[in-house]
Amino acid sequence: MKLLSRHIGGRLYRRRWLVASSLLLLGFTFGMPLTAPLFARLFPELDRPLYVQDSFAALVLAHLNIVLWSGVIAVAGGVAAGLLVTRPAGRAFRSALETVLAISQSFPPVAVLAVAVPVVGFGETPALIALVMYGVLPVAQGAMTGLSSIPPPILEIARGIGMNRWQILYRVELPLAAPVILAGIRTSVVINIGTAAIASTVGAKTLGLPIIVGLSGFNTAYVIQGALLVALLAIVADQLFDWLSERSQRWTPQAVAALHSGESLVN
Amino acid sequence: MIEISEVSKSFNGWQAVSELSLTIKEGELTVLIGSSGAGKSTMLKLLNRLLEPDSGSIRLHGQNILEYSPQQLRRRIGYAIQSVGLFPHWTVEQNIGAVPVLLKWPKARIVERVSELLELLQLAPEKFRHRYPHQLSGGQQQRVGVARALAADPDLLLMDEPFGALDPVTRASLQQELANIQALSGKTIVLVTHDIEEALALGQRIVLMDQGRIVQQGAPRDFLLAPANDLVREFVGQSDAGIRLLGLDKIADRVRRQPAIPGEPIRSSDTLRQALSVFITRRVQSLPVVDERGQPAGVLHFADLLEPPR
Amino acid sequence: MSVARQAQPAWRVGNLASPLIKLYNPLHLLLAMLAIIAGASLPLLSFAPNRLLSGQGIFLAQLIVQLNARYWLLAIPALPLLVAPWLRPSRINHSILIIAAAALSTGLLALAGHEAQLRSGATESLARVSFGAAFWLLLLTIWLQLAEALRGLALRLPAQVVVIVLALAPAAVLLMTGRLDSLSLLKEFQNHQEAFELALLRHLQLVTFSVLPAVLIGALFGVLSFRSQTARKLLFPVLNVIQTIPSIALFSLLIAPLALLGSLLPHTGISGIGLPPALLALTLYSLLPMSHGTLAALEQVPAAVREAAQGIGMSPWQIFFHVELPLALPVFLSSIRVTTVQAIGLAVVAALIGAGGFGVLMFQGMSSSALDLVLLAVIPVILLAISIDTAFKLAISILERRAGRQDHD
Repeated sequence: MKLLSRHIGGRLYRRRWLVASSLLLLGFTFGMPLTAPLFARLFPELDRPLYVQDSFAALVLAHLNIVLWSGVIAVAGGVAAGLLVTRPAGRAFRSALETVLAISQSFPPVAVLAVAVPVVGFGETPALIALVMYGVLPVAQGAMTGLSSIPPPILEIARGIGMNRWQILYRVELPLAAPVILAGIRTSVVINIGTAAIASTVGAKTLGLPIIVGLSGFNTAYVIQGALLVALLAIVADQLFDWLSERSQRWTPQAVAALHSGESLVN
Repeated sequence: MIEISEVSKSFNGWQAVSELSLTIKEGELTVLIGSSGAGKSTMLKLLNRLLEPDSGSIRLHGQNILEYSPQQLRRRIGYAIQSVGLFPHWTVEQNIGAVPVLLKWPKARIVERVSELLELLQLAPEKFRHRYPHQLSGGQQQRVGVARALAADPDLLLMDEPFGALDPVTRASLQQELANIQALSGKTIVLVTHDIEEALALGQRIVLMDQGRIVQQGAPRDFLLAPANDLVREFVGQSDAGIRLLGLDKIADRVRRQPAIPGEPIRSSDTLRQALSVFITRRVQSLPVVDERGQPAGVLHFADLLEPPR
Repeated sequence: MSVARQAQPAWRVGNLASPLIKLYNPLHLLLAMLAIIAGASLPLLSFAPNRLLSGQGIFLAQLIVQLNARYWLLAIPALPLLVAPWLRPSRINHSILIIAAAALSTGLLALAGHEAQLRSGATESLARVSFGAAFWLLLLTIWLQLAEALRGLALRLPAQVVVIVLALAPAAVLLMTGRLDSLSLLKEFQNHQEAFELALLRHLQLVTFSVLPAVLIGALFGVLSFRSQTARKLLFPVLNVIQTIPSIALFSLLIAPLALLGSLLPHTGISGIGLPPALLALTLYSLLPMSHGTLAALEQVPAAVREAAQGIGMSPWQIFFHVELPLALPVFLSSIRVTTVQAIGLAVVAALIGAGGFGVLMFQGMSSSALDLVLLAVIPVILLAISIDTAFKLAISILERRAGRQDHD
């Protein structure tokens, strides 16, 4: 029994940042009203030290909703794009994708949102469009890089022993490219969490709302409450992907060595 | 077993294989040899349809290989390459079991087969089956590669310079093991190499290619004794031909049944070439011979190197 | 005996006997098809009687049939671009395509400017002529075709930059000579010129005064992490967390502490709103790429070279200045490049907390649904980022060439 709890405790310890930030996130999401007295003391000049127009849980959920839906579409599109340009049929299009990806590095993600609004209108729709359009790019980059970094002898053998194209993709290419693809998805999701907050400026209901309302009403308490939750959400997402990334690399030399020495991969 | 008929293959105007016809006999180890660009790897890849011929046909067991789907064909053929190409995210067991899994063997049978093959290739099963490729040395990786090629017990094995990247000691060891496996199992093997020593040591039939055509084919002895032209002479190394010829015969073939003489014995399973080396370093005319069990087997005389005793 | 079918490349059109018509480049085909579809079905320009009403589309087809305007001349540069998929890849053909692309995009721009002049050029005119969806798509496909042709020329970076500058020059001339002034984007610029210039200045200030300290501090962190594993283990987790926090959150979270600090130190100009929190946040964001980049720059100096220098008898300072610094410089400069480009993008969000910059115009345009105002903010930011990025890459490649290494494009 002690060994079991030590085992679980050990794994929790290795993931302590994920655990800590998740607990903080949950705590503040549901327990923000408990901090009202603290905010009242810190900002005595404010009538309303606590944002109550929406519950923070609802805001977090709305925020997650936008990020997850756009994330799913962005991942599908990005991986498809990366797959396409690494197949023989699609090789001709690879340079164009690389050019587009290179140019997009100079775009702030907000710019896509800003252009979407006059075209599409206010609310959640431009936010979703902007998040998908910007979110596809890091995923496509990761998929393209990951899939093309597989050593050719491995692919030759996979063909040579009789795997068909789907089997090669599913059993060899995707698992080997997974760490890089995941890194791309991670970047995409974390950035989108921030952009989704900014989308509150155009009527999307997300965690950016307390921030925007607070900024325009000079209510620093609102601002902090919103910003804190956005920051925690981003940190939790990042840590989750860190964990997923570790799991996708269990076979690599570093992971196997770390396993034997008992250390964690995360520095 | 394999009939190659007037097969040609070109890449962007470069003719890699040119109207090549060849018959590969069942149960034989055929070596395709030639310098770089001779078309030997191309010819090998035409056999498992990693490349498709421009013209001509290839028949396996009498049936045109185009009548199978490429995947079906390849699952019946073992394939090993120089860079091994082990899947880094799979354990040794999973790597070896790759084709059996594709053929949907029951799990227990795969596990058993993996143990069997690991032992065959001198790798302790329990020690190696759960290791990852990066935990293996180059020689061990290639052993796993060969095991993987043998896993589904194919009739035909295609090997593309499998030992080229190994150090000489490991290479010699693996060559010996391959020869043993071939002798035991009677599999048909087609091996590509550019190393004449390897060809002479392993090949029961050698096919010398140049610029996509066959220059000479036959038993190793024929290459040394009757080279078809200067190219063959050059490839085989005219100045060493005699030495290499000695390497084709075993001491057991020339030993005289006589009482043992003093001196450190040589083994009857070694080649006459090795015997020559000993004669010269020791500066003697006769050497005692022992068999595999260490029992006296007779005497080898220096003069018998030239001509077999009556 | 059967004859095996040759494995045909997927792009063989026609039979083997007539290789005259061979599809060399499917990318050009895709781009050309997109261009045709966009030009035919989407509006090239948009005409609105005033700022409040939404625009009516003006299609390319409509414009071309007007023979009095010489728009059909555009067919000349358009032809090579449409035929590009079947052109044999050669230096001449690639050059023709580049010239055609430059000419066509300038021509379209001139067309837009001219139409705008006709319809809304009068001094008191409230009418607005703006770029339509087809215009943007055409610009995109034309320039992607240009990029593809440029790739075919396989030039080194400095030459590539020269080509692109030359390709953009005619458009710049159009702009300077005022031919585009009637377009709504330019009208918006004229209306907001002061605000624009202020935003530009402020944006540059935000970037400069955050990147500069970050370079120094980041270099220090990088060197420390290089020498000490403890420093590395302490610094990078913290910097990583900062980098993960979304910009709007970090900007916002710094308001309260800085306001507090400002009230404690009343004459330093520190306050919770405006430049101070923005600069602090931008500096913090710039620390990770700078530290990580400096560390990487130092780590990629081959140990053998360092050992050789020690063996010769150089002192640690000499080794640093004569060996490590020159070898680490390109990677170090590259990390400054990455940091600066990142800062240019992040500074846009700083407008939310009152720090100014192009974000002001952008958010204004967002809230009033004015695409022109948004573009007035976004286009300069993108151009700024690309220019700085290219300038740095050029400098690094020249540096590396001088050092005798191959340059990286």
